[in-house]
Amino acid sequence: MDSSDPAPSGEPDDRPTVPEQRTGQDAYLRVSDLRVRFDTEDGVVRAVDGVSFAVERGRTLGIVGESGSGKSVTSLAILGLHDPRRTTITGEISVGGRQVVGLGDEEVRRLRGRDMAMIFQDPLSALHPYYTVGRQIAEAYRVHHPKAGRREARKRAVDMLDRVGIPQPARRFDQYPHEFSGGMRQRAMIAMSLVNDPALLIADEPTTALDVTVQAQILDLLADLQAEFHSAIILITHDLGVVGQAADEVLVMYGGRAVEQGSVEQVLRSPQHPYTWGLLSSVPSLHGDADADLLPIRGNPPSLINLPPGCAFHPRCRYADRPGDRSRTEVPELRPAGSAGADGHLVACHLTAEERAALYAEDVASVGVAR
Amino acid sequence: MTDEPLLRVRGLTKHFPVRQGLRATGLVRAVDGLDFDVRPGETLGLVGESGCGKTTTGRMLVRLLEPTAGTIEFAGRDITHAGRRELRPLRQDLQIIFQDPYASLNPRHTVGRIVAMPLQVNGIKPPGGIKARVQELLELVGLNPEHYNRYPHEFSGGQRQRIGIARALALRPKLIVADEPVSALDVSIQAQVVNLLRDLQRDLGLAFVFIAHDLAVVRHFCQRVAVMYLGRIVEIGDRADIYERPQHPYTRALLSAIPDVTRLGPAGRIRLTGDVPTPLDPPSGCRFRTRCWKARDICATEEPALVPRDGGDQATACHFPEPAGAGLQAEAAVAVAEPAGRGAGANVEEVSP
Repeated sequence: MDSSDPAPSGEPDDRPTVPEQRTGQDAYLRVSDLRVRFDTEDGVVRAVDGVSFAVERGRTLGIVGESGSGKSVTSLAILGLHDPRRTTITGEISVGGRQVVGLGDEEVRRLRGRDMAMIFQDPLSALHPYYTVGRQIAEAYRVHHPKAGRREARKRAVDMLDRVGIPQPARRFDQYPHEFSGGMRQRAMIAMSLVNDPALLIADEPTTALDVTVQAQILDLLADLQAEFHSAIILITHDLGVVGQAADEVLVMYGGRAVEQGSVEQVLRSPQHPYTWGLLSSVPSLHGDADADLLPIRGNPPSLINLPPGCAFHPRCRYADRPGDRSRTEVPELRPAGSAGADGHLVACHLTAEERAALYAEDVASVGVAR
Repeated sequence: MTDEPLLRVRGLTKHFPVRQGLRATGLVRAVDGLDFDVRPGETLGLVGESGCGKTTTGRMLVRLLEPTAGTIEFAGRDITHAGRRELRPLRQDLQIIFQDPYASLNPRHTVGRIVAMPLQVNGIKPPGGIKARVQELLELVGLNPEHYNRYPHEFSGGQRQRIGIARALALRPKLIVADEPVSALDVSIQAQVVNLLRDLQRDLGLAFVFIAHDLAVVRHFCQRVAVMYLGRIVEIGDRADIYERPQHPYTRALLSAIPDVTRLGPAGRIRLTGDVPTPLDPPSGCRFRTRCWKARDICATEEPALVPRDGGDQATACHFPEPAGAGLQAEAAVAVAEPAGRGAGANVEEVSP
């Protein structure tokens, strides 16, 4: 994977095509038209507003977005972790063929941990400081294997610790979270999430709190485990580099909506949405001209309570307010990005494919996106 | 570049005692003998992973922490142990920007008051008055000068960091220590602040010590870079040397661990095993040896000195540095380390019973 050459951008025909169209028919996780609303004192927060995607087993979907984009809310909805008293969830979430939306507490709990599991950003707050690491992993196992005895659960937990690369797992089993380093804690978290062989793993910023050399280890570990268990993975991150390394498909979220979706090659090599362009050109790279200015996105991410009308990105978009532009008034639909039609690359932007190709070639590629 | 250094650091050391009850039971060797210079108008990046001592170093430079040993000279004066009164005139020349834009601004003070504070504390009366100067500063960092009377909570994270920058600039300093100034910000906002700092650095001729864990950000901001590991500088040099011709194995590992958005898929990267060992009990000899794939016996017994390898500006503390001029390309063949055991415990293979 050395393709530092920019793929020819703009021309829809030159875009690398995905092998088959991913309609989500045989996907393990299928989310359609998901909407999550919170009622707060300040008003209704539309944290997720009509998002659809699918993840097959053995594949990784990267969800990218900044704070308040709705990426974490989406994952909590899949896991059924929102408080039903304050949250309204509509749409469909199907995990292994079972509907999660509207399911009772007890039923979701049975799915959670066994069929789907979560890895959090901060393992220190996700692990209980009072119990040994091993006991917590064993307990996660026994919840879903009530017939398993203590010894069997312990053996299973030690096996998992070993599998995630923790040395001396039998000794580590009896240690407390504070005796683990940051990287080891994240490994222990991963061991705990995988102890029941879940088919779906949701990792919310799993490496953000880690150093780069440890991040590299954890991303490798996730890839190895995915190959072994054939799990579907959702990787939530703000780091496009991590997405480029670990994801097969990408969903870019902004203001609770999907603004761009496609394979990792499509989205990172020939990005179609001005927000994606902005993200790519604001990230400093280890290659290319170090003296060139970064091209930041102007303004700030919007507040979900007070989302701009029309395209939520329009106040920050360099291409809004062109003659005939509808972005202030009309929410752009998520449509196939290329004129070629259905290659799975979707974008929600009022600009036409031709306009985007021209703007990208003129403005964006020149300052170094996809260097 | 023959100017006298603005900042000259020699043997800078900070040890924190670890106490259990009343007894000192150990020493955290957070920073252990740093030598470096910063010339006027120069930007030096201090990079490394958590626990390498970069933040402790920054805090010693602005005298928020008392060094255990070593000297800090600023503009030719020894400020290593300068007291508050001696420091006051120097404070004008030496400022710090903090990482957390939420914690470093007093929530009860208006922005105007926050930015004016350094002027007032130092009894400076700018021509045209304090308010005019503050508004000028707000404008300089890209904030609306009309927002003088607002409180920090009315601003976003990126704007708050701009307020912190305006405050640091109030006294027209010669050197700014910036401790992870963008790492708490969203990516799109990070770029705004990096660009702002770059413009200010160029326009005002400021020198910077830029502390960061993100090597890509440092590459865009700094002319020189020092790579730290466990309280030591393992490699220091010009940007091009560090990023294109790194000689220390740790620098190479660090660079290759960064997922780069221009490279898709898993790259042929160097994998370090384990975590950084504890600074309570750093490995003997070379501190990196427990994770290094090149480590031999000498690395455990003899600490390598930070010395220039090819008569140039790039200095490396390694017994087996990469030959000067070796690019980063030939990395594929590097095997993962089979390290020498000590340290995090992460490297120790369990002996099967």
